[in-house]
Amino acid sequence: MSPALDVDALLDDRGTRIIVCCGSGGVGKTTTAAALALRAAERGRHAVVITVDPARRLAQSLGLTELDNTPRRVPVDGGAAGDPPGSLHAMMLDMKRTFDEIVKAHADPERAAQILENPFYQSLSSSFSGTQEYMAMEKLGQLRRSDAWDLIVVDTPPSRSALDFLDAPKRLGRFLDGRLIRFLSTPSKTGAFRLLGAGFGLVTGVVAKVVGAQLLKDVQSFVTAFDAVFGGFQERADQTYRLLQAPGTAFVVVAVPEGDALREASYFVERLDAERMPLAGLVLNRTHRALAPRLSAARGTAAAEALEESGDHPLAASVLRLHAERVQTQARELRLRERFTTAHPGIGVVEVPARPEDVHDIDGLRGIGRSLARTEPADPL
Amino acid sequence: MREPRPPSPGRPAAAHKLRWVSARDRDWDGVRLHVVTGKGGTGKTTLAAALALALASGGKKVLLVEVEGRQGIAQLFDCPPLPYEERRVAVAARGGDVHALAVDAEAALLDYLEMFYGLRRAGQALTRFGVVDFATTIAPGMRDVLLTGKATEAVRRRVRPERAARRGARDEARAPFVYDAVVLDAPPTGRIARFLNVNAEVAGLAKVGPVRNHADRVMEVIRSPETVVHFVTILEEMPVQECLDGIAEVHKAGLNVGGIMVNMVRSPLLDPAGLAEAADGAVDVEAIARGLRAAGLDRPEQVARELSGEVVEHARRLRAETAARERLTAPGRPRYALPHLGEGVDLAGLYRLAEALREQGAA
Repeated sequence: MSPALDVDALLDDRGTRIIVCCGSGGVGKTTTAAALALRAAERGRHAVVITVDPARRLAQSLGLTELDNTPRRVPVDGGAAGDPPGSLHAMMLDMKRTFDEIVKAHADPERAAQILENPFYQSLSSSFSGTQEYMAMEKLGQLRRSDAWDLIVVDTPPSRSALDFLDAPKRLGRFLDGRLIRFLSTPSKTGAFRLLGAGFGLVTGVVAKVVGAQLLKDVQSFVTAFDAVFGGFQERADQTYRLLQAPGTAFVVVAVPEGDALREASYFVERLDAERMPLAGLVLNRTHRALAPRLSAARGTAAAEALEESGDHPLAASVLRLHAERVQTQARELRLRERFTTAHPGIGVVEVPARPEDVHDIDGLRGIGRSLARTEPADPL
Repeated sequence: MREPRPPSPGRPAAAHKLRWVSARDRDWDGVRLHVVTGKGGTGKTTLAAALALALASGGKKVLLVEVEGRQGIAQLFDCPPLPYEERRVAVAARGGDVHALAVDAEAALLDYLEMFYGLRRAGQALTRFGVVDFATTIAPGMRDVLLTGKATEAVRRRVRPERAARRGARDEARAPFVYDAVVLDAPPTGRIARFLNVNAEVAGLAKVGPVRNHADRVMEVIRSPETVVHFVTILEEMPVQECLDGIAEVHKAGLNVGGIMVNMVRSPLLDPAGLAEAADGAVDVEAIARGLRAAGLDRPEQVARELSGEVVEHARRLRAETAARERLTAPGRPRYALPHLGEGVDLAGLYRLAEALREQGAA
C-alpha cells in the first residue's frame, strides 16, 4: 500500500512556495487547485490561485467573472483553530493579455505597437497550442518574483495530454528562437543560408507557394521586431523551467480512478522524475467506497435475488442491488489504484470521494479541502 | 445519395429509465460527415466508434477518423496502432465495414503537397527545415485545416472513374462515393468551434493563396447540410454546461448542430417517490432491515443503516442527473441515451452502444 499524501503538512510548510496541479482533462484540476489554496489560506498562508479556464460557477464562487490578469481577493474565514489569519486571491489567466504585457514590458512603445498589430502575432498569441501553457508559467514566474504571496497554486491548462504543459513552453521557445524562424527572417540571397545549398531555394519557393507570400512577409516582420526586443525567448522558457525544479515547488498530479486518467498520471510521474521536478503526490478524485464494507457483492446479489423471487421487501432488494454495483465499482477502482501504486511505489496518494453534486461554492471547496487533508471520514484504507 | 434534409427538431423527454427518448426513424439521413465532440472523459471516442458501427450496419461502408494522435480507435477495436492509412477495423451488424484512419498533421501536409503540387521531394526538404513543424504545430489554423481537410476529402472521394464505369455510372461526377459516411472523432468541446471553423482561423493568417483555397473547399463541406456536429456528454453539471456552451458556439459559427449523446446513463434502482424521499435523507431503514433479515443476512440493523447512506448518495446523484437532463432539453436537439457499461468498454460493449444508437434513430 502506498504512503498517504499529507496535504496539511505540505500546505503548512512555509518552504512550500509553489504548488502545480497537473493531470489530464476533466479530472478536477481546477477544483483541486482552488480547494488547496483555500485550505492554505484558512491555515494562515497568503495564497493566490491561478486558474485556467475554470467552470463558470466555480469561477463565480471565487468572485471571478471574466478573464482578468489581476489576482482578486476572495473573502475567506480566518484560521479555524486560532491560526493567524491568511488570505486568498484568485485570478483567471488571460493568455493573450499576458503575452501582450510581456511585449509591452520589453519593447519601446512604437515597436510594441508594431508587434501587437502583426497578424501573425495575433494568431500566435491567441491560438498557438502552447501559448496557454507558456503564459501560465510566465504568470507563475511573475507572481513568484513579486513576492506578494507566500504560496502560489497553479492550475494547468486543459491540454490534450498532461505532458503538453511541460513541453509546450520549450516548444514555443524553440520555435521563436529556432532555425526556421531565422531562416524566414533572413533575406533570401544573403547570409549563411546560402551555404545550406540546393535545398534552400526549393524551400523558400514551396513555403511561399503553400502558405502564401503575405503570411511569409508577416512572419518575417514579426520576427524582426520581436527578435530585437527579446534576445532569447528560449532563455525565458529555461528560467521558467528552473523555477519548476527549484526547492519550494511541489507538483500534485490529479487523476480519477479510470484507466486513461491513471495512465496519463503515470506518464506524468515518470516525466517529472526524469526532469528532476519535485512530486508531492497523487490526488485521486471522485472515488467510490461502499459504506457497508463487510457485505460482499456476491452475497448482496444473492440476497437481492432471493428477495426478488419472493416478491417481498422490494426496497431491500433494490438497495442490495445498488450495494453490489457499488462494491464492484470500488473493486475496479482499487485495482486501478493498485496498478498505479505498484508501478510507482513511494508516491503518496490521497483519495477524494465522489460527491453527488458538483462543487461551486466556497463551502464545497472547503469540503474538498477536508477530504484532501483526510479530516473527513470516508477513506477506509 | 439521398437529398440532405435539415436536422430534425428535438423531442419531448419522458420521465423514466432509458426510455426517455423514443424510437423513431433515422434522424440523420443525408448526413455524410458526422463530427463527434464532447468534454474529456465523457466517452467521445467510444461513441464516435459506436456511431460508425451503427451507420455501417446493413452493408454500408463507413470511415472513422481520429485526429488527436492518441490511437484511441486502435485501443477500442483492440488492434495494433493505426498507421496513416485507411484500414478496416470492424465488421458491422448485418454486414457493412468500418474503416479507420489516424490522421497525422505532418503526413497530411506531405500528402496535400503531393496531391496538389506533385511536391513529394520538396515536402521532404520542408521536413528537414522544420517547416512542417511550423505549419502543423505552430499555426493551429494550418494544423486544423490539414486534419479536417483529410476528413472532408474522404467525404467527397468517389470511386475511381474506370471502376465507376464498370458499375455503369456515366461520368465521374456520378460515380458513387467511396464512403457512405465519415465519422470524425474531433477535439473536445472547448475547442470544437475553432477547430471546425478553419476558414476564420486561416483567414486571419492567409488572405489569399493555396492554403486559403484549400480552407475554402474544406469549409464548403463542413458548412453543408451533409455535415452535423454531435455532442457527447454525461449527466454531470460541468460536462452538461460545456455541451450547452459548445452547441451555442457551433451554432453561432454557422455550423449544423446534430444530436446530443448522453453517455453512461444508469437505470434508477428505486421508484421515483422513494428516490425523492431518499434524496432528502429519508430512508426507511427498518424496511431495509426487515428485508435483510428475511434474506438471512447477519446484523441486519447495522447493515441497513450503512446501506441507507449509499441509498441517499445514489438518490442525490440521480437528482443531480435529472436536473442535468432537463437542461439538455433546452437546445431542442435529438437526444440519445447510452447505457453505462460498468467495467469499461470492450468490443462487445461497442456493438451494444451501436445497437442502442440505431434503436433510437441516430443511425
